[in-house]
Amino acid sequence: MNQTVPPTRRFPPLLIGVIMIALLLSLISIYFGMTEYMLGDSSTASFYMSIGMVTLALSTYMLYQTRKRMIRLISMEMQPLSSTVQCQKCGFKNIRAFKQGDYVFKETDEACPKDSQKMVISSIYREVKEKEKAKETGY
Amino acid sequence: MMIMVREVEGSLFKLKLMRDEARKAAINNIKETGKLETDPTGHVDRFLEYFAIAPVDTDPSGVIWRLEHLLDVRDVRFKDDVKLMAPKADETQVNNLELMLEAALALNLIYRVIRHYYLLGKKTLSLYVIMQLQMILPLIMREAEAYASAQKAFTLGQPIGDGAGALVAAKLMQGHEKTKVEKDMILAHVPIEGRNAYVLKAEGPGGNVGKPGEAIKQVIEQNEGKISLAILIDAGLKLEGEKTGEVAEGIGVAIGGPEVDKYKVEESALKHKVPVNSIIIREDVGDAVSPMRKEIVDAIDGAIERVKRLLLERTKPGDSVIVAGIGNTIGIGQ
Repeated sequence: MNQTVPPTRRFPPLLIGVIMIALLLSLISIYFGMTEYMLGDSSTASFYMSIGMVTLALSTYMLYQTRKRMIRLISMEMQPLSSTVQCQKCGFKNIRAFKQGDYVFKETDEACPKDSQKMVISSIYREVKEKEKAKETGY
Repeated sequence: MMIMVREVEGSLFKLKLMRDEARKAAINNIKETGKLETDPTGHVDRFLEYFAIAPVDTDPSGVIWRLEHLLDVRDVRFKDDVKLMAPKADETQVNNLELMLEAALALNLIYRVIRHYYLLGKKTLSLYVIMQLQMILPLIMREAEAYASAQKAFTLGQPIGDGAGALVAAKLMQGHEKTKVEKDMILAHVPIEGRNAYVLKAEGPGGNVGKPGEAIKQVIEQNEGKISLAILIDAGLKLEGEKTGEVAEGIGVAIGGPEVDKYKVEESALKHKVPVNSIIIREDVGDAVSPMRKEIVDAIDGAIERVKRLLLERTKPGDSVIVAGIGNTIGIGQ
């Protein structure tokens, strides 16, 4: 099934090249600015320094954005799941992390701390962040 | 055009990642569950290329029965293949592995189709092919992400949003005697508000939807049509802007999928003049195949209240009724 590899690239090499050149030029500009400052020409120094700083900030930001996009593409995060374990007799509830093998209405080996009865898993669920919920019902 | 091509390329790369991850997870899970010494990679790769050809519908007469036969053959074939891949897996594990492989199969299909149009657009330098692809990609990516998330849930046997109906039925049948009926379905006689309710759900906790249509038909026939009301509970697709976990009711048969079961219930209900009502728990397509959200779990008691209210309003004490929880029962026992 993997005979033909698609021509997909992680990020455009041209963009990375441009960012790298801008990064290099910004460093050169900062170097010139420092040299001019040593020679006592403060107005030329501040010109070079400001050009260098702005370019450095922009190119670093663009590089960071490219990397961030890659991380977002690669990571498909697993949302944490909770299992509610409940005592059938007294109704005592304990919420813990989901364990492999858990299923709803499974009788667990966990005993109720109140009446020592065997507890049953009453629900398994994941909680969605408030931010995502707000997106759903924004209007 | 280059900007659009870049966007499609990015999505294609993500689809490839999802497909490869799903394939890798399937192979690892089969190795672990089946305690295999041999490599199942070849078998998994063959499975991921399976296809099913829909029956002829230019002559629609009997198409439902032909479709049912094809689905049965497909189901048996998939289960046999999983048993060959993981001979030491028990029934629950076989069901979960089958679902996990089906999710990987769906991801593989999506990836191949998108790649096809992407390459076609580039080859023909057609702006319109690329444009159509770029426009529809956000929706396709949502579906693909849902499958990727579902595959993880199937691997661990976690309940998914589609199991909302099954969870309602499971809650209703707690503490009552259960019997196994038509293919992978569980039946319990439960007195609810003085009515004799036949509560049905697919057999869990393995991933399973059973054959609710056939089971409902059997219950109606066994009672010689003397069923006052049939209530079906299922997960229903919500529209954007609506809240997940909202409960709504209506009439008609709430059974999704290839419509074989829906047809059987409709036919049986018509023959015996049984009114069919449905209750749906709203969620989006992503929630339906990913681990169950808290809002859906919280909606279960609301759905049970609706069932009770419907029974009080539409039936008399002593009547026989059917309450069927529809959906995939993965991670939900009975």
